[in-house]
Amino acid sequence: MSNILSIKDLYVDVGDTSIVNGLNLKISSGETHAIMGPNGSGKSTLAKAIAGHPDYKIQSGKITYMGNDLSALSIEERSNLGVFLGFQYPIEIPGLSNTAFLKAAINAKRKYHGMDELSASEFLVDLKEKSKMMDIEQSFLSRGVNEGFSGGEKKRNEILQMLMLEPTLSILDETDSGLDIDSMKVVASGVNAFRSKKTASLIITHYERLLNYITPDYVHVFHDGAIIKTGDIQLAKDLEERGYEWLTNP
Amino acid sequence: MSDKDNKNKEINEFLNKSYEYGFTTEIESETIPPGLDEEVVILISKMKNEPEFLLKWRLKAFSQWKKMPQPDWAKLSIDPIEYQAISYFSKPKQDDGPKSLDEVDPKLLETYEKLGIPLHERAKLAGVAVDAVFDSVSVVTTFKDKLAEAGVIFCSFSEAAIDYPELIEKYLGTVVPIKDNYFAALNSAVFSDGTFVYIPKDVRCPMELSTYFRINEAKTGQFERTLIVAEEGSYVSYLEGCTAPMRDENQLHAAVVELVAHKDAEIKYSTVQNWYPGDENGKGGIYNFVTKRGDCKGENSKISWTQIETGSAITWKYPSCILRGDHSSGEFHSIALTNNLQQADTGTKMIHLGKGTKSKIISKGISAKSSQNTYRGQVTMSKGAKNSRNFTQCDSLLIGSNAGAHTFPSIDVMNSSSILEHEATTSKIADEQLFYCMQRGISEEDAIGLIVSGFCKEVLNELPMEFAVEARALLQVNLEGAIG
Repeated sequence: MSNILSIKDLYVDVGDTSIVNGLNLKISSGETHAIMGPNGSGKSTLAKAIAGHPDYKIQSGKITYMGNDLSALSIEERSNLGVFLGFQYPIEIPGLSNTAFLKAAINAKRKYHGMDELSASEFLVDLKEKSKMMDIEQSFLSRGVNEGFSGGEKKRNEILQMLMLEPTLSILDETDSGLDIDSMKVVASGVNAFRSKKTASLIITHYERLLNYITPDYVHVFHDGAIIKTGDIQLAKDLEERGYEWLTNP
Repeated sequence: MSDKDNKNKEINEFLNKSYEYGFTTEIESETIPPGLDEEVVILISKMKNEPEFLLKWRLKAFSQWKKMPQPDWAKLSIDPIEYQAISYFSKPKQDDGPKSLDEVDPKLLETYEKLGIPLHERAKLAGVAVDAVFDSVSVVTTFKDKLAEAGVIFCSFSEAAIDYPELIEKYLGTVVPIKDNYFAALNSAVFSDGTFVYIPKDVRCPMELSTYFRINEAKTGQFERTLIVAEEGSYVSYLEGCTAPMRDENQLHAAVVELVAHKDAEIKYSTVQNWYPGDENGKGGIYNFVTKRGDCKGENSKISWTQIETGSAITWKYPSCILRGDHSSGEFHSIALTNNLQQADTGTKMIHLGKGTKSKIISKGISAKSSQNTYRGQVTMSKGAKNSRNFTQCDSLLIGSNAGAHTFPSIDVMNSSSILEHEATTSKIADEQLFYCMQRGISEEDAIGLIVSGFCKEVLNELPMEFAVEARALLQVNLEGAIG
């Protein structure tokens, strides 16, 4: 087991507001961590800060990913080194086909690592298999990125992108929100397929529902931008039953 | 410096990427002294050994031009043009015209190589016949023999004036009359060269035809004239490309293109315009003032214009269709991209005269930095154009917050059975779209290119396959440094 992500005493501002306040977290390979917490507790801010969104500014502390200080890396470098963010609200890019987008992303990563472009046939075989797994019809792939997709389709598409890009660290920001039970199962199967000894996942969610299908190794409760409690799946079950009140307002 | 400033700086650097075709070719040329009077018009005609009727026509155009004022209705700010400071004719020095590729000055061929047009290779591989116009003179036309077998005439306008005077006399000025507008009148008086295409009855032109225009000499204007005639039941697809060296002064390019489609004929006309746009401070660049019009003369005829306008300091053109024949149809597909201080005022006119005529307009305007991009269109349904239809879609994409997009559609309907639809959208490349792409490992510059190519998809799909790739690359290059 090697260290994939290590966050030390992290403070993140959005605008003039401090959202993440003194966060510490360590994720090793093979692990799946879940972060739960009420709205506005800073969960998504953490995800955006790791990915390098320019509006989320690190005031102090350090995020280390596979030995690299993340603040020294551009957004695309982080991605090319294996950081994937599944968006809470996936973005639409009208007219740009899903296939063209995925191919550009994969080839950008290959180029970064000094590899040749993926051949069209290799790419298509892989895409066909993985889109089938994500229950995404072939016709979707020629449509614009997330253009006119339903909520469930967008989220399944995020997981498809994750599977195609084969990241090391996958951060899923409320991927379960707005999903019906069937889509949830499909998403969970994708995430489980991604899990391996070499990879790690950070799953941000409101509810323990998704965690019934993806059993995390650790469950963290987020409040006011820091982790206030860590446990296992039982903690998620307790939260479902009792709410956050008993932790945030003891 | 904040992250945002840093980002803007990066984007600016991208947008500031330099013009690739800005080289000049050291080649001896014969350029007549600047200035324009009747003598010059006569001299041009004489140098080209033109038949008498053409000289008369030029002189008529010149006297007409002198009476006209330069129009000022477009949403363009144009520095005064010194018409007397322009040289109206320049040609690469050679004793006689080249008889074959082997006789063409190797330096000229090198220039075309640099432009990505290896005349031999490209033509052979792609099956594209190429005519190349360097300054004022057509240098070489490839594939002439193969085309001649099919009965297709594809040659420089100068040759056509000598070899096929009856065709030129019959059609020249029938679609764009001398008096049409100021720049058309000027072109009619001094046009230097251009391309003539004639497709006989029931012939499907066996290959794509293509012309490359290049302005090389300083202080010259380029005034080319293109005439395409498609006889009954014929088909032709034609593509033109344009580049020019970087120069500090503005150079005038005032072309006229006339298309005539007879019964059941189809003409597909594509333009990839990448004239030098000037530098980031708006110094230099080509004034691209062009009149393009097609006459759907016969029943069921069809003319479609596709244009990718990325270059020029100022673009001012409205490729149009006169839908004269019953059930004829006209299409206009346009991508106009402006960056830095470029200005574009472009669009189309669809004049429905015949019954059951159809037109479709798809316009995509992309404006970055401090550029101004205007769509101007006119759709007219005349009294006799019963049961005609028009569909117009007009989309603007803004990059950054200083660029301008404007839309001036004008619709005149004089009958009650025609149907018109007009859709328009304006959007902006959102920071979140860029972040999404970059999170997937795609650089900002490539992300902008992808978003723009998605925005332009419907138009790019109209281009002949082998040029669509080029057009995408061109958009990408011209967008470099686009966010500010």
